[in-house]
Amino acid sequence: MSQQSQEQPQAGVGATLLEKIKSATQFKTGLGLLGIIVVLSLSSEYFLTVTNLFNIVTQTSINALLAFGMTFVILSGGIDLSVGSVMAVASAVTAGLLTSGMNMVIAIIGGLIAGTGLGLFNGLVISRLAMPAFIVTLAMKSIARGLTLIYTDGRPISGFNDAFQFLGGGKVGPIPVPVIILVIVLTICYIVLKKTPFGRYVYAIGGSEEAAELSGIKTKVIKTTVFAISGFMASLSGIVLASRLNSAQPTAGTGYELDAIAAVVLGGTSLTGGRGGITGTLIGALIMGVINNGLNLLNVSSFYQLVAKGTVILLAIYLDRRSKQAA
Amino acid sequence: MSEDLILEMKNITKTFPGVKALDNVNLDLYKGEIHALLGENGAGKSTLMKVLNGIHHQNSGEIYFKGQEVDFAGPREAQEAGLSIIHQELKLLPDLTVAENVFLGREKVNGIFVDFADLKEKTADVLEQLGVDIDPETKVRDLNIGSQQMVEIAKAISQEAEVLVMDEPTSSLTPGEAELLFDLIERLREQQISIIYISHKIEEIFKLCDRVTVLRDGAKVGEVEVANTNRDQLVRMMVGRDITERFPEIENNRSDKILEVKNLSVPGKVKDATFDVYKGEVLGIAGLMGAGRTELAKTIYGAFKPESGEIYYKGEKIEINSPKEAIDLGFYYLSEDRKEEGLVLTESVEHNISLSILDRIKNIGLIDQDREGELARKYIDDLAIKTPDEKREVKSLSGGNQQKVVIAKVLSTEPEVVILDDPTRGIDVGAKREIYNLINDFVEQGVAVILISSELPEVLNLSHRILVMHEHKIAGELDGGQATQEKIMNLATGGSIN
Repeated sequence: MSQQSQEQPQAGVGATLLEKIKSATQFKTGLGLLGIIVVLSLSSEYFLTVTNLFNIVTQTSINALLAFGMTFVILSGGIDLSVGSVMAVASAVTAGLLTSGMNMVIAIIGGLIAGTGLGLFNGLVISRLAMPAFIVTLAMKSIARGLTLIYTDGRPISGFNDAFQFLGGGKVGPIPVPVIILVIVLTICYIVLKKTPFGRYVYAIGGSEEAAELSGIKTKVIKTTVFAISGFMASLSGIVLASRLNSAQPTAGTGYELDAIAAVVLGGTSLTGGRGGITGTLIGALIMGVINNGLNLLNVSSFYQLVAKGTVILLAIYLDRRSKQAA
Repeated sequence: MSEDLILEMKNITKTFPGVKALDNVNLDLYKGEIHALLGENGAGKSTLMKVLNGIHHQNSGEIYFKGQEVDFAGPREAQEAGLSIIHQELKLLPDLTVAENVFLGREKVNGIFVDFADLKEKTADVLEQLGVDIDPETKVRDLNIGSQQMVEIAKAISQEAEVLVMDEPTSSLTPGEAELLFDLIERLREQQISIIYISHKIEEIFKLCDRVTVLRDGAKVGEVEVANTNRDQLVRMMVGRDITERFPEIENNRSDKILEVKNLSVPGKVKDATFDVYKGEVLGIAGLMGAGRTELAKTIYGAFKPESGEIYYKGEKIEINSPKEAIDLGFYYLSEDRKEEGLVLTESVEHNISLSILDRIKNIGLIDQDREGELARKYIDDLAIKTPDEKREVKSLSGGNQQKVVIAKVLSTEPEVVILDDPTRGIDVGAKREIYNLINDFVEQGVAVILISSELPEVLNLSHRILVMHEHKIAGELDGGQATQEKIMNLATGGSIN
């Protein structure tokens, strides 16, 4: 079925249909999210309250920020397994600078530079030395974790000033600050991916690196940048986490890379690159956040929550595959 | 006589959608015979062999093997019956030993363990029978290509193959390795094994083969005894005389020299290429597959780094380090591999067309999407690209229309030198004609066109000058007016013009 329609385009069923299918996949993921929300609202009276909803988005923001960076990487056909460790580096550096009495802005910039630098290093090794992203970032996962432990001497750094705690725990009116950060970052990512040449190049490289290169795209530069972006996002996420917890844990972010990848894939971005987008990733991250929150409210043990999360991911990917085959 | 026939393919016809790949082809093979199958790229040799071992199934016609009608379900069944194909690209597992490869999937086991002693002994036997001096316990990775090929042959013989098909067996061998292979082939002949020998290299045919069957455009042109023919006759049979396709007359609009390439070399890809390119002229590059045409083009385009040599563009010495730099200078290369290198299949028609000029249509950092759409619609109109609209996924278009999308991308950069690498590969006659007309437009506008094609008539009829490549070197340059298919074929196969 699908092959026939690929070979023989029929006049009149063009972009409108395509757009419908495209919006339909996002529509479906969104619908899935809505379905879960409805079920949880009926199961727990605490679920559907403004406080709790903001709570969910706040909790989601850590994973969502990581997943946004991961979206760039995966769209370009890569993978970044180091984000969990990179966020720990950034939060430790920022925390270290803060507690040594440094200005908050400088401390944050310091953390961002450290994490972005590690991402940049990933990108340079992957693009210049032509090494597989999986291996390089796996190595960085270990290196960055080690660096964090060395820097912190294995102990958490805590006790920040109020200004810094405002980042992760404060509110502007009724809206938590992490939610505001999330929305700003989402908007920027959306514009970069959809409206700039850079974004288009990321998609093109994920679709076919050879075609992109021969079309005059500096594929190495783009690939390097994509990993730097992922490092930056991981740093931002780590700093927000440290602020929320009022502590930079040397083991912070352990295993978070898998949640980020799961959010990206749940959001409909293809693991082989070239297809997908940032809004899907947001929905994917929200689905995971809502499930976590709902199961907490229902007093489900965190052991069972892990099983539930994995099951939802499997189910979502299966449904996505099936709908793609049917299309 | 017919009792000695081991294989007979009778009236084989095979059609693919829109193409008659094989038209009533006959081929027979005697016991202990070496039978050459000769033809240009796309003449149907591979298809015929794929029909033989069951990868394709003929629409009509019969195959008799050892007197029985057969219709193999696939290569494995053919192999079990005694018919093996040695492919151009070898299919050995590099990290296994010779013995493990020869008996892969057929190992003798003791309980759950492979009996390695037995494996080694049997392999040694086969290699000895073939007179090949290779240690069965060597890893295949450590053997040169020639020896690997012999392992492949040993594998076939160990399966009691009675018919071997060798597809361009010497294409990646050194002359020394090729000699060893020829010796082996002689020994196989003595053991009454029959061989179908596919090759472009006419000298090899005279050296080894008993008979030749020539295919052209999917039909059998003739069959001759090697003893009763000569090189010229074979070349003539291969290329034919009449040109059935019609080509537009492309007026030579040659003006200034725009590109001068001197002694350009890339290890393993291009050897010492020297040539000039002029504005308003079509420079054809002919040659057999693997002769280095694409590599030469990509080197000029900055995709490969030259080891030595110089390139002058508009009189100035330049160095091109990436396709990006080449495009900025005014070059554009249209790849022979449309699906992998020409298009981003996951993207829309519009996004593919604009891919090379996004930097030129941006406005304060953002892509001017109105202009992008306008541009795409303009090219869809100009080139008559059949697509409902510009947002359509390029994957859903037919081959010819996909190629037009690539051409739109080429045009969008307003190039001064275009390199078209097999631009009509796999597209229908109508679309071919439109691409020929586009070449004409380029020439009229004073663009320099470098045309690479596997189809000789195309190069011959569209080019004003022709470079012929053979084994990574430019074997000769012919004037468009004086070139003939025979001359090109002679140069392309390592002969000389006279």
